[in-house]
Amino acid sequence: MKQRHVLSVLVENRFGELARVVGLFSGRGFNIDSLAVNVTLDPAFSKIVLTTRGSDAFIEQIVKQLRKLIRVKKVVELSDDRAIERELCIVTVQAAGPSARQEVERLVTLTGARVIAFAPAAFTVEASATSQEIDRFLELLRPLGIRDMVRSAPIAIARPGLETAGESVPPLGGVA
Amino acid sequence: MSSARATALSNNGNAPQSTPAQAGPEPMRGARILLECLIEEGADTIFGYPGGAVLHVYDELAKMRGRIRHVLVRHEQGAVHAAEGYARSTGRVGVAMVTSGPGATNTVTGLANAYMDSTPIVVISGQVPTHLIGNDAFQEADVVGITRPCTKYNYLVRDVHELATIVKEAFYLARSGRPGPVLIDLPKDVSAQSCVFSYPSKVDLPSYKPSLRGHPLQVRRAVELMTKTQKAVLYVGGGVVASDGAAELLMLAEKLNLPVTPTLMGLGAFPSGHELCLGMLGMHGTYAANMAMAKAELVVAIGARFDDRVTGKLEEFAKYATIVHVDVDPASVNKNVKVDVPIVGDAKSVLEQMLEVVPDAPPPARESWWSTLRAWQRDYPLTYRSREGVIMPQALMRMLAEITRGEAICATDVGQHQMWAAQYYPVRHGRSWLTSGGLGTMGYGLPAAMGAAFAHPRRTVLLVTGDGSFQMTLQELATCVAENLDVKVVIMNNGCLGMVRQWQELFYSRRYSEVGMRYFPDFVKLAEAYGAKGLRATKPEELRAVLEEGFATPGVVVMDVIVSEEENVYPMIPAGAAHYEIVMAPEEGAAAPEPRELA
Repeated sequence: MKQRHVLSVLVENRFGELARVVGLFSGRGFNIDSLAVNVTLDPAFSKIVLTTRGSDAFIEQIVKQLRKLIRVKKVVELSDDRAIERELCIVTVQAAGPSARQEVERLVTLTGARVIAFAPAAFTVEASATSQEIDRFLELLRPLGIRDMVRSAPIAIARPGLETAGESVPPLGGVA
Repeated sequence: MSSARATALSNNGNAPQSTPAQAGPEPMRGARILLECLIEEGADTIFGYPGGAVLHVYDELAKMRGRIRHVLVRHEQGAVHAAEGYARSTGRVGVAMVTSGPGATNTVTGLANAYMDSTPIVVISGQVPTHLIGNDAFQEADVVGITRPCTKYNYLVRDVHELATIVKEAFYLARSGRPGPVLIDLPKDVSAQSCVFSYPSKVDLPSYKPSLRGHPLQVRRAVELMTKTQKAVLYVGGGVVASDGAAELLMLAEKLNLPVTPTLMGLGAFPSGHELCLGMLGMHGTYAANMAMAKAELVVAIGARFDDRVTGKLEEFAKYATIVHVDVDPASVNKNVKVDVPIVGDAKSVLEQMLEVVPDAPPPARESWWSTLRAWQRDYPLTYRSREGVIMPQALMRMLAEITRGEAICATDVGQHQMWAAQYYPVRHGRSWLTSGGLGTMGYGLPAAMGAAFAHPRRTVLLVTGDGSFQMTLQELATCVAENLDVKVVIMNNGCLGMVRQWQELFYSRRYSEVGMRYFPDFVKLAEAYGAKGLRATKPEELRAVLEEGFATPGVVVMDVIVSEEENVYPMIPAGAAHYEIVMAPEEGAAAPEPRELA
């Protein structure tokens, strides 16, 4: 019922517009699970990628409300396998002693992550993957001792060749 | 979103850059530019209240007498409702102007009201100088933040070069698409900055493209359904009034012999008393209108939004009907009710499109449908029981209809009197009915009537109010008197907050809680204190003489009519009940309906 949805919102790059987008959720008592904002190739526009949870009816309504915002140009849903999603995770793990260090290196190689900083007793590692893959990666590292961790909001893009995917979501006939 | 923002703004603003003083026009202050923009937009009246942050604007205003009129209200809420009354009665954008901080926060109720009822207004609020924003300065409030969820759009002007573009956009946004309120927050220093004024000829809003015309195939489908389906009904709302589509609606209904039921906001969209009119729909609508919705096989909603006061219990709403929904706001479609034929477009334009494809044939007879509808109308008309020696509110409304011949602009406040006015005042034209439908704002009435009176000096403006609502904004009596307006105020005085009392009687086992005011002023003396005429009727035999004298007296007249305290508004569909669960007025001699506790 309350499925996870990824919405990509193309909005004019002006102060206050992010607050309007976020306000639509908070005003209805709904949570935004994650939020990423940055400029697009055209610096006059920003893209907001956000994830939320809700029934299909809620998503249909919130997408319409987003489209109704004066400065929002386009809203697409990028939830299914027609889209690619990535989230960045930076994590500092304990690595005191040769065997711990070896174990970190082994896991990093295995998962395709990357060491980006190190100290005598700790490595900082970055990984870019889907949210579920990041979850599993962190589970692998947990036994070594995680000192600190930060995750970005996931960002998403339509798969090449499927760039118009999600535009018809939610289905509504007759909107010319 | 910051570094690129500045570029976006400067690229976007087609405002003129100040050039070295050669020939060419002189630069002018932001305050003056603002007023010149209002004049360019055709605004002839500003409802406002001065204060520190708008001193520059009021200084310029003093130099512009004769070019634009300013009405000094007595409270900022009144300024916004007056702008609403002006806008609803004319179709033009209403304008209000207030100072920063409390001046601006006092506009919030009016903005929310205009947002709910899709009324085109532009509110200009002063703001503390830009260098003080965020410093807890005197009379500072985050007005753009506060008003964001109750405006269609709002602006903080950060540079005088943006000002003309912003005013142009604000008026365009207020009146286009689904109309609504737009706020412009103008810091004091920006109103003091100067630049060369040139008014942009068009707006550039790349992301805002409201669709006016409906999808032709959907329109054709809707017309086919209307032609073929026997049991069909047109459910029409404020969108028909706002788009001035009443003439097209009348033509369509007559061509297809379709029954019509207006919502509270749709009163005036279809002539009351027309043989195709079933009367108002919803919680206090007529039996015939509500039953028509319950039994219809086709419901065609035009410029209406399936409000909970109209639909009642959603699962039972128009259960057997295919639903066509015409609305200019795509977000209203499929919001509360699943729609079979959605048509996004302006009500008038879509009605015109429908008329183009209506087959050129005699109207369908719909014999059995009409005979059912006529039977409902005959067997369950609007009724009430008279009480000996007491003025009945319904009788008062009937007499008001007779004395004004239904030709007044009728404004109301919110409560029982509003529903009786809606049931019994025969609104025959669009833009002649001013009421707070969506937000239900007590205190809307007097300032709204005032705004309409400015726009229509030759028409009778009638305010039907209650003793509760009237006391929320009655200070505008002073404005009405000061401006020599012609406003006739009729207080349906039942000495209590009648609608709340009705709910407590019917749903809370008559545990009356804080509905009696214990003391209220002598409204006749109060009128006189304000320099208005005050009259009172306490007995049925006094009523006609009081009303006739009141309407014959020029200027502001307050008629305090003491009505039955215990009368309830019927019919009534209890909140959350289905249309067919409608409760009618108790029969002569019958006991009042048993109270039922709310879940």
